[in-house]
Amino acid sequence: MTVNTIESSKSIGIVQTQYFTLNEELILESGEKLFPVTLAYETYGALNTTKSNAILVLHALSGDAHAAGFHEGDKNPGWWDDMIGPGKAFDTNKYFIICSNVIGGCKGSTGPSSINPQTNKPYGLDFPAVTIKDMVNAQSGLVKHLGIEKLLAVAGGSMGGMQALEWAVSFPGRVSAAIVIASTFGHSPQQIAFNEVGRQAIMSDPDWNDGNYYSKGLSPVRGLSLARMIGHITYMSDVSMSEKFGRRIKDIEQKTRFSPDFEVGGYLQYKGDNFVKRFDANSYLYITKALDLFDLTNGSSPGDAFKVARDVKFLIMAFKSDWLYPAYQSKDIVKACKLSNIDVTYCELNSTYGHDAFLIEIEGESSLVGHFLRRVSHE
Amino acid sequence: MNKQAKTSDDELTKLEYRVIVNMIPDASSVLDLGCGDGKLLYLLVQNRHVKGRGVEVDEDAIYECVSRGLSVSHQDIDGGLSEYGDNSFDYVILNQTLQQVKNLERVLEEAVRVGRKVIIGFPNFAYFSSRLQMIFKGKAPVTLSLPYMWYDTPNLHFLSINDFYYYCHKKKLKIEKSVFLDNNRIVKLFPNFFAEVGIFVISAELT
Repeated sequence: MTVNTIESSKSIGIVQTQYFTLNEELILESGEKLFPVTLAYETYGALNTTKSNAILVLHALSGDAHAAGFHEGDKNPGWWDDMIGPGKAFDTNKYFIICSNVIGGCKGSTGPSSINPQTNKPYGLDFPAVTIKDMVNAQSGLVKHLGIEKLLAVAGGSMGGMQALEWAVSFPGRVSAAIVIASTFGHSPQQIAFNEVGRQAIMSDPDWNDGNYYSKGLSPVRGLSLARMIGHITYMSDVSMSEKFGRRIKDIEQKTRFSPDFEVGGYLQYKGDNFVKRFDANSYLYITKALDLFDLTNGSSPGDAFKVARDVKFLIMAFKSDWLYPAYQSKDIVKACKLSNIDVTYCELNSTYGHDAFLIEIEGESSLVGHFLRRVSHE
Repeated sequence: MNKQAKTSDDELTKLEYRVIVNMIPDASSVLDLGCGDGKLLYLLVQNRHVKGRGVEVDEDAIYECVSRGLSVSHQDIDGGLSEYGDNSFDYVILNQTLQQVKNLERVLEEAVRVGRKVIIGFPNFAYFSSRLQMIFKGKAPVTLSLPYMWYDTPNLHFLSINDFYYYCHKKKLKIEKSVFLDNNRIVKLFPNFFAEVGIFVISAELT
């Protein structure tokens, strides 16, 4: 990986998260209404005069609106800084990049930890169920607010890829191209199973208290941490774990019989402990449920589901060692596109990093994304 | 298919490409199976304004295709072409590909189903130089069109121009056109002896 510093000429520099509140209620797929709805978002680069160079970047489960550049005082850049910036794949000298947080989350957008205007308390489980389509519908309001009629592209990995697919199918006239990385048009039982275990871990923590923990100064940190540890296992691969940790033992000062003394155990615990500082347990429940409920085919054949998007150009990528979102799921998207005579480009990148590869395999991704965007922006 | 060892810059390959470009009318839809680095498909898009799609099994070749602005799919055609409808392309190209696939008959059947016409280019194993190498050196032939050593070749099938004629007859495939090449020229006389490469346009015979 490249080392990103704020001084680097390839960094977009200091950025700020902005907030947009929809001026009407959002009618959710469930039929329930949500109001007010705020989205956190960031933008990089400049919108051209014809407003034809806008790309919406969509984040994964635990991501946020801060995709690139540095927040004032931060040492680490946004989550996809390797891909977004001057001269990078999402070239901010050419394109206007928007990254929007999702509703249901806890990173500045309306979610279960937001204040319910009817009770003046955090929603908790009174927050309505949200879907990937609801997330996209909210983003649609943001894109309109920014004055953009048609996005040059929507792009994302994992859950971000699902949003990109949903955008292409829900608003085919407002998207020229979709970049879908390590994703699927519908979770498999295995993917649902891992999310279920994560949710059960949170709900079995007594501090979860049926989602009603905000006022008590407690939160289900053990449950959420465990959910994140399970998640991290699925984001890596056998090979990447072997390379990173081997069977190495680490020093633990106050050792108990079952301390996580293997390096891999320590790593997972570290990841879990860090995650609870930045993520809300209820959001984890809502968003993983949205992932599991996502089914673009809606019971029809995949080919039929994509027919509406026949004028959208697709770039699909998968990673050989990704066993959470295996390449066959990307191939299924490609097949559905081809059955609908859609212009689709597909590459299975030879990576050992597992599902995490979409944040790591920058060289291959950059080449494909950069050239693909050049093509669609010239057509 | 993997064509790394054979460069696409030699005279013979350039002539192959010219011949194929001339076979395809303007604005056709074209599916290039085993499109390699995409040079042929790019020529077709540039010169014939085709709606071009490529399929290629080699990852590095995919990057080259995408850098040429092509729409290409990373896929092994031995797995079939079930995602393409009948006659969904005007032309399917199998240039220097067929001899490298495992399920040759299945791939050919699928190509003929998906394309109204199929262009097939392959090295002629009965080329005179190959015959001479076999007879006088007693060694597996190495030629411009078959440049690999016996221990390091992606080719799985070795056929001659005559073999292909017989095969088409047997399988009721209609040969619409054929062109034969030797290095940098077109061969008219005794192609099974004098041509390194045969390029055929075939279609399913109407029964």
